[in-house]
Amino acid sequence: MTVTSNSALSFNFAPVPGAAGRAPAAELSLRMSLAKVNFFYGSKQTLFDINLGIAAGRITSLIGPSGCGKSTLLRTLNRMYETLSHARLTGEILLDGANILAQDVTQLRRRVGMVFQRPNPFPKSIFENVAYGPRINGTSKDLSEIVEASLRRAALWDEVKNHLHKSAYELSGGQQQRLCIARALAVEPEVLLLDEPCSALDPISTAKIEELLVQLKETCTIVIVTHNMQQAARVSDFTAFLLNGALVEFSPTPQLFTTPADPRTEAYITGRFG
Amino acid sequence: MTARLLWRKGLSAVMLTLTGVCALLALSLLFFILGYLVYHGGRSVNWDFFTKLPAPVGEPGGGMANAILGSAKLLLLASLIGVPIGFFGGVYLAEFGGRTAGFFVRYAADLLNGTPSIVIGIFAYALLVLPFKHFSTFAGAFALGIMMIPITLRSTEDFLRSVPRELREGALALGASKWRAIASVVIPAAYRGILTAVLLAVARVAGETAPLLFTAFSNRFWSPGWNQPTASLPVMIYTYAVSPYEDWHRQAWAAGVVLLALVLLINILARTVLARGVSVPRQ
Repeated sequence: MTVTSNSALSFNFAPVPGAAGRAPAAELSLRMSLAKVNFFYGSKQTLFDINLGIAAGRITSLIGPSGCGKSTLLRTLNRMYETLSHARLTGEILLDGANILAQDVTQLRRRVGMVFQRPNPFPKSIFENVAYGPRINGTSKDLSEIVEASLRRAALWDEVKNHLHKSAYELSGGQQQRLCIARALAVEPEVLLLDEPCSALDPISTAKIEELLVQLKETCTIVIVTHNMQQAARVSDFTAFLLNGALVEFSPTPQLFTTPADPRTEAYITGRFG
Repeated sequence: MTARLLWRKGLSAVMLTLTGVCALLALSLLFFILGYLVYHGGRSVNWDFFTKLPAPVGEPGGGMANAILGSAKLLLLASLIGVPIGFFGGVYLAEFGGRTAGFFVRYAADLLNGTPSIVIGIFAYALLVLPFKHFSTFAGAFALGIMMIPITLRSTEDFLRSVPRELREGALALGASKWRAIASVVIPAAYRGILTAVLLAVARVAGETAPLLFTAFSNRFWSPGWNQPTASLPVMIYTYAVSPYEDWHRQAWAAGVVLLALVLLINILARTVLARGVSVPRQ
């Protein structure tokens, strides 16, 4: 199970052609890393010995068929799995060198933001949605400045600037998802996790969000779970392929999609299963 | 084949008629009671009824101002006792309760909900009337408050549970503590439903007579204080209806009209709150 995954942690340090052919390998550093992560739900093990490095300022995508554990893996990175009872994790997950399992969970989640599969704005105004994070974290800065900056970063400002105090539910699905991204950005996370953020959206909204993600990686490390291989190929610098809870292959995205090392990866990306 | 088809069509028609008639019966009962009450008591509902104290026997006129105020006081105090306990208990059940603790609390609430109101009255009597040797508004409100707890608790739990999981996670993912997420996102998302449930609970206990008979008792005059007996509409109806005086019977009918109108009003208010929709669109 772990034959190829053991090399995954170290490969980032090896000279790799920068994703999209621009980032020189020397600039790569790890924002997060997972070592020997096993995850159990009750007596059922759903992740097996995952070793993975998340490169700072890059987009890492997690792909694989339904039930392969990609969402579970994502949810270990901000310890969101802890909302489930009977969930248990072993191994080590580092954020900037410190083990996240030993940290205060609310502090961790402020640094590792998350955007969910379906847009989940709060039943509040657009402004209050974005202001929520800074508010609960007791920011001393001007809230309206944070809200404007976050909405601009999420490419939503121009569409909503004249009705910030309308209910968030009056926005379209795609706008709601960008609002959720803005809400996550408002607490200035170092890492942004996205769990199939476009699966409930139409192609135009999807394109907008993909474009946004590419802009965001200048300031933020991004991990995205997607069931859409084209999306992974379009936006991400690195791609991890999971199957039955194990990491099968982890490579720079162009390499994984053109010359996969593992026959199972090849079978999946050519559409033979999943 | 045709006979079979005829039989099926006939059966369908018969069942449709049967269910329709029963539905109509259920609906018309309400209007029948309403009409009957208004017919007998409508004339006695006048300005005096709302502003004057009950007249002595044999003297015509008079009103039930003290009973209306008494009912209002009882309901207010009962809500102050029942709603917080029911609400926070419901929050515990929906958000924190483990399987075992949750089961027992839920089961206890259901049993309490099924407890005959007169038994709750005796309980309040033993606890708050006997030791002080006199009836009191507080004892009556305590009995009504107990009755409100299970209704508020179970509906709070239901409405909180219906808040989508994604909303909780959204708040937690921003670094909110569990309590913060519940207080600032989950409860606001469910408050309309909870408010409706509270109003319905008030409407439900507004007409209760049995728990008041030997707690708040009754009073011919203005109740001098919270620790003194007070008149209330349901008990007034009971006292006046079983009396031998023609004039009192009319007053009892009038009190019935007012009480029913009050309960209907609270119900309509509650439905309007709910009709404005839950604050979170169902996905």
